[in-house]
Amino acid sequence: MSPVFELRRIEKRFPGIKALDDVSFACNAGEVHALAGENGAGKSTLIKILSGVYQADSGTVLRDGVPVHFATPLDALKAGISVIYQEFSLLPDRTVAQNIFLGREPAGRFGRLDQRAMRAETERVLQMFGERRRFGADTLVGALDVAEQQLVEIAKALSLDAALIVMDEPTAALNEAECALLFELVDRLRAQGRAIVYITHRMPEIRRLADRVTVLKDGKVAAAFDGVPEAGVIVNAMVGRDIGDFYPDPPTAPPGKVRLKVSGGGNARLSGIDLALRAGEIVGLAGVQGAGRTALAHALFGLAPFERGTLTLDGEAVRLASPREAVARGIVLLPGDRKAEGLALMQPVIDNAMMTARAFSPLAGHPDRTRHGTTADMMAAFRAIDLRAASVDVPIGSLSGGNQQKAIVARWLAMDPKVLLFVEPTRGIDVNTKAGIYQRMRALADAGAAVLMVSSDLTEVLGVSDTVVVMAGGRITATFGRGASEAAVMHAATDAPQDRAA
Amino acid sequence: MSDGPSPLVKFLTRINPILIVLVVLVIVIAVISPNFLQPFGYMNFLKRAAPIIVLACGQVFVITSGGFDLSQGALATLTVIGSSILLGMDPDGTWWVITLALMAGVLVGLVNGFVVGVLKVPSIIATLGMMISLTGIALTWSGGAPRGYLPDAYRLFGRVLIKDVPFVTILPVAVIVAAVVAAALWLLMHRTNYGRLQHVVGDNPRSAAFAGVPHRRVRTLAFVISSVSAVLAVILLGGFAGVSTDVGTGLELQAITAAVIGGARLLGGHGAVGASVIGALVLQAIFTLLNMLGFPKPLRDVVQGLILIAAVALAAYRRRRSGQ
Amino acid sequence: MRTMRLAEWVPLILLAIALAIYVATALATGQSQYLTVDNLLSLLGRSIALGITAVGQTFAILVASIDLSVANLISVAAVLASWIMAGDPAMIWPAVAAVLAVGAVVGLANGLVVTQLEVNPFIATLGMALLLQGLLSASFNNFAGAVPVEFQVFAYGTVGGVSISLLFLIALTVAAWAFLRFTRAGSNIYSVGGNAEASRLAGLRTTRVVILSHVICSLCAAVAGLYLASRLRSGAPWIGRDGVYDLESIAVVVIGGTALAGGRGGVWGTLVGVMIFSLIDSIFNITGVDAFAKQILRGVIIVVAVALYAARSRRIEA
Repeated sequence: MSPVFELRRIEKRFPGIKALDDVSFACNAGEVHALAGENGAGKSTLIKILSGVYQADSGTVLRDGVPVHFATPLDALKAGISVIYQEFSLLPDRTVAQNIFLGREPAGRFGRLDQRAMRAETERVLQMFGERRRFGADTLVGALDVAEQQLVEIAKALSLDAALIVMDEPTAALNEAECALLFELVDRLRAQGRAIVYITHRMPEIRRLADRVTVLKDGKVAAAFDGVPEAGVIVNAMVGRDIGDFYPDPPTAPPGKVRLKVSGGGNARLSGIDLALRAGEIVGLAGVQGAGRTALAHALFGLAPFERGTLTLDGEAVRLASPREAVARGIVLLPGDRKAEGLALMQPVIDNAMMTARAFSPLAGHPDRTRHGTTADMMAAFRAIDLRAASVDVPIGSLSGGNQQKAIVARWLAMDPKVLLFVEPTRGIDVNTKAGIYQRMRALADAGAAVLMVSSDLTEVLGVSDTVVVMAGGRITATFGRGASEAAVMHAATDAPQDRAA
Repeated sequence: MSDGPSPLVKFLTRINPILIVLVVLVIVIAVISPNFLQPFGYMNFLKRAAPIIVLACGQVFVITSGGFDLSQGALATLTVIGSSILLGMDPDGTWWVITLALMAGVLVGLVNGFVVGVLKVPSIIATLGMMISLTGIALTWSGGAPRGYLPDAYRLFGRVLIKDVPFVTILPVAVIVAAVVAAALWLLMHRTNYGRLQHVVGDNPRSAAFAGVPHRRVRTLAFVISSVSAVLAVILLGGFAGVSTDVGTGLELQAITAAVIGGARLLGGHGAVGASVIGALVLQAIFTLLNMLGFPKPLRDVVQGLILIAAVALAAYRRRRSGQ
Repeated sequence: MRTMRLAEWVPLILLAIALAIYVATALATGQSQYLTVDNLLSLLGRSIALGITAVGQTFAILVASIDLSVANLISVAAVLASWIMAGDPAMIWPAVAAVLAVGAVVGLANGLVVTQLEVNPFIATLGMALLLQGLLSASFNNFAGAVPVEFQVFAYGTVGGVSISLLFLIALTVAAWAFLRFTRAGSNIYSVGGNAEASRLAGLRTTRVVILSHVICSLCAAVAGLYLASRLRSGAPWIGRDGVYDLESIAVVVIGGTALAGGRGGVWGTLVGVMIFSLIDSIFNITGVDAFAKQILRGVIIVVAVALYAARSRRIEA
């Protein structure tokens, strides 16, 4: 029997990189095929080829053994492929039924919508979710929480009667109970005879759900397993080396004085935050999406400031109402979404790096000679941290993720920061550059800065941090020293936070 | 020989294609009307172009920082009408009237910057609102029927010619003023911290805020520069245009068109003062040519509308081809 | 059932406030003749042209575009209609057909420039505005032609004591609402405005939807021009610009709760926005504010109104 869908020897190039190189991948009916790999390994490119968003440069896509060509996403939809992207493609101002029927609304004469049919079909599909469902066909999607929105996405796939459902890191924003529900649903979809591609880098999920595993690395199939091997085997295939020498050694000296301290900090997203960041220490912040990790980093950076509690920097009480005030006091943030929050993509590398130095110099001053160093100093800093670019005058958008981040690091180093807040520092960065980033964080801490790292990658948090702080529901739920177990941290992250007596 | 391309080759590859368009236009004009090559011909052309040059150099700051300023023309009208009324009361008051007009320009720019930066109103809506309010003020103040005239002292900048200048024989004061303004704004845009921050804010205001850039101050300053340039432009224009309620009508679109022809990127991130000057000259050359060919004046608007769309479409096309 | 969200009440609350100020002003100045039902109806009657234009503008904004060429298209439509009619009743329908055809072509051109050439809609429609005004001013510089009495019925006729133009505006709003609410094309407009990328991934032909919205917007502006020709008994090349229909139509759409970013709102809100503007106008009339000063205040009110909504959507975002 031929697979429901098969990708055979796919190649895809983008300017400057080969995103996929000779990748083959098959999905059978009634099977969950896990697709694992680091960020940038080529998982999303592969899915976009399968779903008709991109076209392969060479290779074939087969449906039941017959070659097919998807010129548009619509072709793939019609062939029975439904993709649930990590960024949901839902319209918050439309109802559940309208979202499920987006682009294929049943219509009568003169294009009149058959709203009754839309509602009936939506309710029929929603039946599958049983008790857990607290919404109906007419509920506005914007009123649903993340887990419920995901149910809507799944309902969309069911309503299309998709033969193949692709789920891109579906548990990223779910708590433990919601994950359990999702796993049950996946089991039932499998039992219905659908093929499922499940993208994740979480080993427990692969162990729980998958029938087979394919690991991508640098655009190639690093390993393909008929069955599910031990977690260590998969991780080794993903990373391509032993994890042991990946993370920097723990510091030899104990942490120094407290640099930044919050007591009873709270705002719309956070409450009861007590946290101290010490010189020489890396604090890792763990938790599920929406737990308040980024909100905490943003509060410390003056972006969405604390409305309650006190904040002290080097023992002195401070109020931070904007990032500019935070930067002026030596608190800096390296955003994970570099394109949206870190860089001006069309501007030259040097201008991106000099941005802050110039912002804290007289507006009429010469741009190459600021109060916080000259352009020549900056180029020396580039060499010191091995930033590679054809020229410092090329737009920074043309650089790799790792080099882009180095430019942001160089920007902050010129300001002599006291506290560095790293948000998802290795997102979109290839494996080999990651180790360098960890070393740099360590070096900054050793030089006397306090470092806070927010990361969704638990392995990374456990490997790099001297102290692991776990958040859930806008509160800190647990604090661990070095050597905490993954299970303990996961438990603290997904447990409903207990209201502590004041 | 030194390695790498010679300075001449480097220079030639860096020439803005719009400069070639300007040269072609000038040649066509010169062929049709050989008088254009006489000092009186081209100096008169530059004098006519001076107000658009000044406006475009101001507008390009707002465009680079990610917005539009549609209130330039109405501010120009208000300046002419206000000046004529105030000077009707005090014919010797040229200097304090000009000072007052410049202060009004600063105020209008600050208000635009506040509405866009703090109240988060899209700049098109904010400055359109400013445009109709300023027109309303001009109409109210003049009672709808402006009278009066501008005294010679006021019109000096726009109309006086300095005679017996070496090489060019005559040199209009307007051309000197435009050159000084353009040079000053060029320095500000391309040789200061402010200019670099301006590009960054227009490219990605959120990244700029994360980096500690005072993005509201930067954007507000751009609106102030744009408004002040409108006041300066109309002082030049006052030299050869009369006092009326539509003296400034459409100037803002000419300024935007000139800046866009000069390669300024809509919604921010890229803009050049020098190229905007060339853009203004191209626009004025096209108008001159249409005039010579006997096109009725309103058709200038048609051509300008087409140029505006074409320039933006061309930029979008080139971005699509080079990007991805 | 789906419940109304707080945001959807804002236009009605603003309307209530405007109405209260209107009543208070009328009572305070002792001019209670302004408070009759007839008078309130005629209030809306004075804003027919704005109402028709704004219903069209709602379509452009819903799909996350905008149209700054409506004012100039109104002038073109009015002049063209009265010039073709030239006082001859037999020419009424040819003139109407010609005006609607011009509206459709302008909308098609706007839509194509925005979708195919990927020109920013502000600039695309500003360019179109310049083009239309230039062509018009090159051909006409004063009132042109005349509208036969038969066609003046559009503006001045009544049915059972209610003006035909008012009934027309209400019918147009109902039709637009039904189109948006009950047809597939209407549903697509919300989808593309709400998230163009998601709509494209779902297989929608997004460019067609944008073009359709622009055509509807321009057709409405053309009809508004016909109405003004009927009302003024002749068309002049400045009537659209004098009415500031571009900015005012955008303002009433936004005040009516349609998001400038697209995908949310509707034509009933727009009609509420028109009523708010009519009330403000009437308050100026009762209190005798100078015509030019009125224009200053309008600019301020428009900016403040948009700022209010910008502030609201920011809170939702945060």
